[in-house]
Amino acid sequence: MRRYGRLLAIQLKAAALLSLQYRLDFALQVAMSLFWTATALVPLAVLFSMRTGVAGWSAHEALIVAGFFIALKGVLQGVIQPSLTNVVEHIRKGTLDFLLLKPVDTQFLLSTSKLDLPRVVDIVAGLALVGWSLAQSGARPTLLSVLLAGAILMCAVTILYALWILVVSLAFHVVKIDNLSYLIISTFDAARWPSSVFRGALSFIFTFVIPLALMTTYPALALLGRIRGEQVATSLLLAALFVAVSRLVWLRSVRSYTGAGG
Amino acid sequence: MKQLAHTLRALPTLLRIGFGEALAYRAEFLIWVFAYTMPIIMLALWSEVAREAPVGRFGEREFQAYFLITLVVRLATGSWVVWEMNTEVRQGTLQKRLLRPVHPLLTYLTENVAALPMRLVVATPIVTAALWWVGSDVLSDDLVQWAIFPLTLLGAFLLTFLAMACIGTLSLFWESSIALFDLWLGFYTVLSGYVMPLELFPASVRAIVSYLPFRFMLAFPVENLLGMIDRQRALGELFMQWGWVALFTALVLLLWRAGMKRFGAFGG
Repeated sequence: MRRYGRLLAIQLKAAALLSLQYRLDFALQVAMSLFWTATALVPLAVLFSMRTGVAGWSAHEALIVAGFFIALKGVLQGVIQPSLTNVVEHIRKGTLDFLLLKPVDTQFLLSTSKLDLPRVVDIVAGLALVGWSLAQSGARPTLLSVLLAGAILMCAVTILYALWILVVSLAFHVVKIDNLSYLIISTFDAARWPSSVFRGALSFIFTFVIPLALMTTYPALALLGRIRGEQVATSLLLAALFVAVSRLVWLRSVRSYTGAGG
Repeated sequence: MKQLAHTLRALPTLLRIGFGEALAYRAEFLIWVFAYTMPIIMLALWSEVAREAPVGRFGEREFQAYFLITLVVRLATGSWVVWEMNTEVRQGTLQKRLLRPVHPLLTYLTENVAALPMRLVVATPIVTAALWWVGSDVLSDDLVQWAIFPLTLLGAFLLTFLAMACIGTLSLFWESSIALFDLWLGFYTVLSGYVMPLELFPASVRAIVSYLPFRFMLAFPVENLLGMIDRQRALGELFMQWGWVALFTALVLLLWRAGMKRFGAFGG
């Protein structure tokens, strides 16, 4: 366990240095990241300039959801996606062989191999937005609700990660998966809005198939003290389920991997 | 003159090759089509907002019609040329295109055009059914506006393609021109009417946005078909749209010529 902790520190340091090597590019990308964050808020601003509430959410409450969305998108594009896109390269070129030979868990090694630091800025920006809108909305969360929100957020990160492991596992069988990852990212965009906006089929998909509701709306509900017990339970259960399934699928996929030219 | 004749003779073959490529990877193709989910999400969102009370002159049905047509126009105008050009410049595979006796920009164009029939085959039945359900009276009842719709669509397609080609050509000068495209895409998302009808912007913003090229890439054909703008204005703006097309064509040709002088291909 301690070995993995040390390895994690080394990997993260290397990834961060790699991301920082082109100073100008780095600054440019940070600016881009913030710009995208701002454009994401335009429809929200327009909508709430005309209305005081939508589907039971006030402007500041909806901003909390948007804040969690921005933070999670930062996690997805800054931490999860870069490493796992790397895997696809390894599979295509056959260099995965070298990694499989190393005396540590391959999934761990790959998942921590790359970091897109400019995107990580989004995590900070998102959480700052959450804090600001929370203060503006006038809600005073208790310590318990903050902890609960944190726990659900961890579930959300876990599920996102598991989803990507599932997508990457597909790369062992089909060569190109950039379109699938694009599909997930563009679907993830729906998490920007409180889930009660969606009805019917979309609401079902976003709760159970790609549990977007859980990722951004539930943490916001927890902060506002409006979350229900079964929602917390669903989050925990889904996270556990996604992790178990993705780990199984990953192990199976690696076993069926036959190396370069296989 | 002789070169033009050559090019014209090559066109059908180029288009056939592109169409064949689109057919070859059907599953991948379908996933790309489904990735255009944004209008659907926005449709759900805005109709929920309008359920409580109409927004401006947009009721639930108007929003549904708006985003359905937006989806079709987006599918019909989508292009990927900027990524392709960037990759080919960086990897040096652009030289393969340069060897052909047809202008490289034209080969990019035919590849993009050839993918259209497949996309529309997927999109049209879905949207027709949905529109029938919403009620076809939300569409414009002016015949002239129907008649110019194909032109507005073609203009939107060309404009999207040319803007992307301009930024793609910039990769000849600057390695991370993709970053510039990211910026462009950010503006496009908000200012083209993709996430909300441009009418909902405050009047001061709208006055500027109406003349920017972004609107002519997406919102203009939609607004025309839905009769959100009247015939007079539509005709005037059709000219403006094609003016932008001419401007971007000139720009991309200039950039291309300047860039070719610098391009040293692989290892150059």
